[in-house]
Amino acid sequence: MAEALLAAAFLALATVAAGLVRVLRGPAPADRMMAAQLLGTGGIAALLLLAAGSGGWAILDAALALAVLAAFASVAFVQAASGRSR
Amino acid sequence: MSVLADGFTLLCVGAGLVFLLAGTVGLLRFPDAASRLHALTKADGLGLGLIVLGLLPQAAGLLGALKLMAIWGLVLLAGATVGPMIARHATGGSGR
Amino acid sequence: MTLALDLLLAGAILVVAAWTVAARDGFAACFGFVATGLLLALAWVRLGSVDVALTEAAIGAGIGGVLLLNAAARLRGQETVDPGDVARPWQARGIAALCTAVAVALAAVLLALPVPAPGLAPAAAAALPPTGLGNPVTATLMTWRALDTLLEAVVVLLAVIGVWSLAPDAAWGGRPGPQVPPAEGPLALLARVLPPIGLVIGLHIVWAGADGPGGKFQGGAILAAMWVLAWMAGLVRPPPVGSRRLVLALVAGPAVFLMVGLAGLALAGSFLALPAGFSKPVILAIEAPLTLSIATGLALLLLGPPARAA
Repeated sequence: MAEALLAAAFLALATVAAGLVRVLRGPAPADRMMAAQLLGTGGIAALLLLAAGSGGWAILDAALALAVLAAFASVAFVQAASGRSR
Repeated sequence: MSVLADGFTLLCVGAGLVFLLAGTVGLLRFPDAASRLHALTKADGLGLGLIVLGLLPQAAGLLGALKLMAIWGLVLLAGATVGPMIARHATGGSGR
Repeated sequence: MTLALDLLLAGAILVVAAWTVAARDGFAACFGFVATGLLLALAWVRLGSVDVALTEAAIGAGIGGVLLLNAAARLRGQETVDPGDVARPWQARGIAALCTAVAVALAAVLLALPVPAPGLAPAAAAALPPTGLGNPVTATLMTWRALDTLLEAVVVLLAVIGVWSLAPDAAWGGRPGPQVPPAEGPLALLARVLPPIGLVIGLHIVWAGADGPGGKFQGGAILAAMWVLAWMAGLVRPPPVGSRRLVLALVAGPAVFLMVGLAGLALAGSFLALPAGFSKPVILAIEAPLTLSIATGLALLLLGPPARAA
């Protein structure tokens, strides 16, 4: 069971790594913003699977904080990129 | 009972990973920003949602299960609100 | 399986970090920075330090990423590179070789350590019960290395003063940050729904830091992010920089910490010593104003200097 969950965490991480390609390639800032959001979601998924597989449920607080901050950071990215708050 | 719970977990987590992977592939391969955004929100909602659903039987008590649901709720909220903002920015609007 | 996981993580970190350094565009480099921070947080979780992972995600990737992005947005269109300023190829290669050599040396030293590595962890775990805390990281930060935490809080204060000093003379004392008109649509929804939830989560992380991963800096970062989100949607206006309440909120944390430290000189024998048997209440008394100060300080750092008169 734990082994299977760790394998799932590995797959989630591989998905995140694949999404990184979009961050690196772009070409528009919108693509990078979307990739950053996918990174946040995939990272949270990997954290949850790690917590269930091996790390213990204290990691859940880290995933919760990450979820809140990912929402804030995504909004801040869009605002900064569209030059709104300048 | 535990075997049933474990089987449920593996099934849901597996399905969630499929959607997560599909969302990422969509992000990489779709031609324009709008369709990529479409793929992204599927990964957010369905992918993470199925993973959370699958981990619920394994959670440590009621508080752990509530935290899992809260995490999924927050990610859904973020996806639902940031998605239109990104789309407006990508199509040249004001981004608000 | 865990080896494959760790190798993938390490490889991804190296690739993204290298790309961030080599990126041409400021915006792209900022995104790379945030992605690196996120992967580093995952790496810290794999190393068993959830507190550090939380701090990396909250302050490194979250607040730091947004700060850098705002700076990149301000500089957009004004970046000029003087041809004489660009490092020559052999200089750049020399620097890269030096950095790589340092990294390899560090890795060699780490891998040559005996298992388990020598350290203070057993002593810390043994000395934990009298403090009343369950998390050795928090115990280290608040009891044995409290001086470091006090200085970190003062550093946030100094950074805010540094940012304010960039205000033009006419705007001194005014409200920090540019004026933001009220938003409509999805941003207004998010800015109304998320901050109350974020407030509860932030306070939970501060409180949970006593016995599990968490703490003031991480919780304060979440609180600051929620306030800045409400500001970005035009729902709240920051008080003027000269307002007494704002300055009080900023200074309360370090001031209370300092007073407790001086009281420790009189009551328990040395500066920042905690009276025996009273540690938990005193720590809580320090943490509450300190969280307020850190959250206020981080939010003010994100807003920037006053741009117009009050």
